[in-house]
Amino acid sequence: MQFFFEVLIGGLLSGIMYSLVALGFVLIYKASGVFNFAQGAMVFFAALTFVGLLELGVPFWLGFILTCAAMVLLAVGIERLVLRPLVNQPQITLFMATIGLAFFIEGLAQGVWGAAVRGLELGIQDQPLAWVMDRTGIGISKFDLFAAVVSAVLVTILAVFFNKTRVGRALRAVADDHQAALAIGIPLQNIWRIVWAIAGCVALVAGVMWGARNGVQFALTFLALKALPVLIIGGIDSIAGAILGGLIIGASEKLGEVYVGPLVGGGIESWFPYVMALLFLLIRPEGLFGEKHIERV
Amino acid sequence: MLYREAGQFRTSYAEDQQIFPIRQDRIAVALIVAVFLVITPLVASPYWLQAILIPTLIFSLAAIGLNILTGYAGQLSLGSAAFMAVGAFGAYNFVLRVPGMPILAAFALGGLCAAGVGIVFGLPSLRIKGLYLAVATLAAQFFILWALTKFGWFSNHSSSGVITAQKVTILGYVLASPVNKYLLTLVIVSVLALAAKNLVRSATGRAWMAIRDMDVAAEVIGIRPLRTKLLAFAVSSFYCGVAGALYAYTYLGTVDPEGFGLDLSFRILFMVIIGGVGSILGSFLGATFIVLLPIFLDNFLPPLLGHSLPAGLTSNLQLIVFGGLIIFFLVVEPYGLARLWQIAKEKLRLWPFPH
Repeated sequence: MQFFFEVLIGGLLSGIMYSLVALGFVLIYKASGVFNFAQGAMVFFAALTFVGLLELGVPFWLGFILTCAAMVLLAVGIERLVLRPLVNQPQITLFMATIGLAFFIEGLAQGVWGAAVRGLELGIQDQPLAWVMDRTGIGISKFDLFAAVVSAVLVTILAVFFNKTRVGRALRAVADDHQAALAIGIPLQNIWRIVWAIAGCVALVAGVMWGARNGVQFALTFLALKALPVLIIGGIDSIAGAILGGLIIGASEKLGEVYVGPLVGGGIESWFPYVMALLFLLIRPEGLFGEKHIERV
Repeated sequence: MLYREAGQFRTSYAEDQQIFPIRQDRIAVALIVAVFLVITPLVASPYWLQAILIPTLIFSLAAIGLNILTGYAGQLSLGSAAFMAVGAFGAYNFVLRVPGMPILAAFALGGLCAAGVGIVFGLPSLRIKGLYLAVATLAAQFFILWALTKFGWFSNHSSSGVITAQKVTILGYVLASPVNKYLLTLVIVSVLALAAKNLVRSATGRAWMAIRDMDVAAEVIGIRPLRTKLLAFAVSSFYCGVAGALYAYTYLGTVDPEGFGLDLSFRILFMVIIGGVGSILGSFLGATFIVLLPIFLDNFLPPLLGHSLPAGLTSNLQLIVFGGLIIFFLVVEPYGLARLWQIAKEKLRLWPFPH
């Protein structure tokens, strides 16, 4: 039983890391209806830029701010060169455009900073908490806990931003209905820039967390693929859904690997989340918190 | 001046419905076939055959497969490479386990295996579409590769799932030289491309396009979505499967499941987008473009810039150019190279008197 809880908690905490990536998807989808496949590439780009700046001797916080600035620039460029010409195109076209964008950003990031795997040290060890270990015998990684706190803070900030500020209200209006938002004078293009910039900064946070854990490397781009089932389970347009979906995927992936894996020869982590997502699609196609607007045939 | 249909009258329905109604088109197609069938094998070097022509043909076939599904039936798939893997491993196992199995029959059976798997993973398409379906096909991609690596039976218990294709023998002749393999690939791809072209002109193809354009309306006029969509998945996977078998037998010779990764799926998707969504010709153009682009970047770009680029930069430049081109095509010409060709043809018809 103790082992079960250890696996469960480890899964939940790593699920939070998935949620961090999924958050960026949700933000962009809510505001512009674009399913941004390039989110993983943005995570990679942000992490690589950040580490690259640190290696150049830039202090931690200045590096963070500079990287944020780079993500804002990237967002402005994307809005101008990709989104604006493709406005009013079918969703699937925009999706394919973001696949192209993902390749572009990956090439750009590696072209500028090189393809070597780099480490990122945040000063927090990936060790079990001694206090909990002594009392219950369950190992909870300090680092995972730190990541959980960071995402909690991030989600709170985003929630406040979306619900209490003027810009946040404008974002929600755009998400609700593009034309109505335009009619009452909300500048659509500004909103897109803002939301892509925010998603870029969320990508930076996700990139720093994942980079500190697994090293900053090309594999970060595959996070986008892991975030897809998270979004389907949680609902593609809900921030709460992204968090809960991440937890479900994280926990079920680890539990599945430990308890189901041996039956079929192990290594099922690569496809288990997708099959979970498929089952969810059959039962509840809009996800746990998503709005019901999936068309059925 | 030369390309004009004036004076060509069609006097029967059969003439009106032929694939190439204009005489010049028929001559051009016959010339192209003659060049690739007779002249290319005589003049092309083994490098050209083995490294450029054969992969181009194979990828064209895979792109036709994906184009049937995505371009004609409107179902986005990110798992085409996995269906290629099913075709390759299927053909391998048929040749391995059935004594005296003719190689062409093995290719076809490999394709049928892929079609069966395609139908299974196409089932969710009945309830979901668009991005959600893309995730379902992504599940196919990861699950199939995992299964092929994990269960040794598929690869005859070789380490990490690597298979080495058996000798290609047709009626006692061993096809070993690049020229032979090229001709075999060319014949198979041409026949299947012709079949695809006719299929999308038929009632089946029209049903696919109706489903793509508006599924509800298609259902109202009596097209059964279940049958139509699953048929699209089956035919598309069959084409991908045969392409996969050719990939193993005539192109690489030795393949492992990892070779059919997500990257390959994306490359095939790019071929379809760049070549032209919903066009058989576009599949060939797109495949040619994607196969030639890296070679061009490797060989011709450094002299153009005056000095050689570091090796790492070229591959990143490739990513940037790929990504940029995808966006460029989606923005400027969503129907791809095939549409550019069509525009050129329209212009040519009027030239040199544009009025």
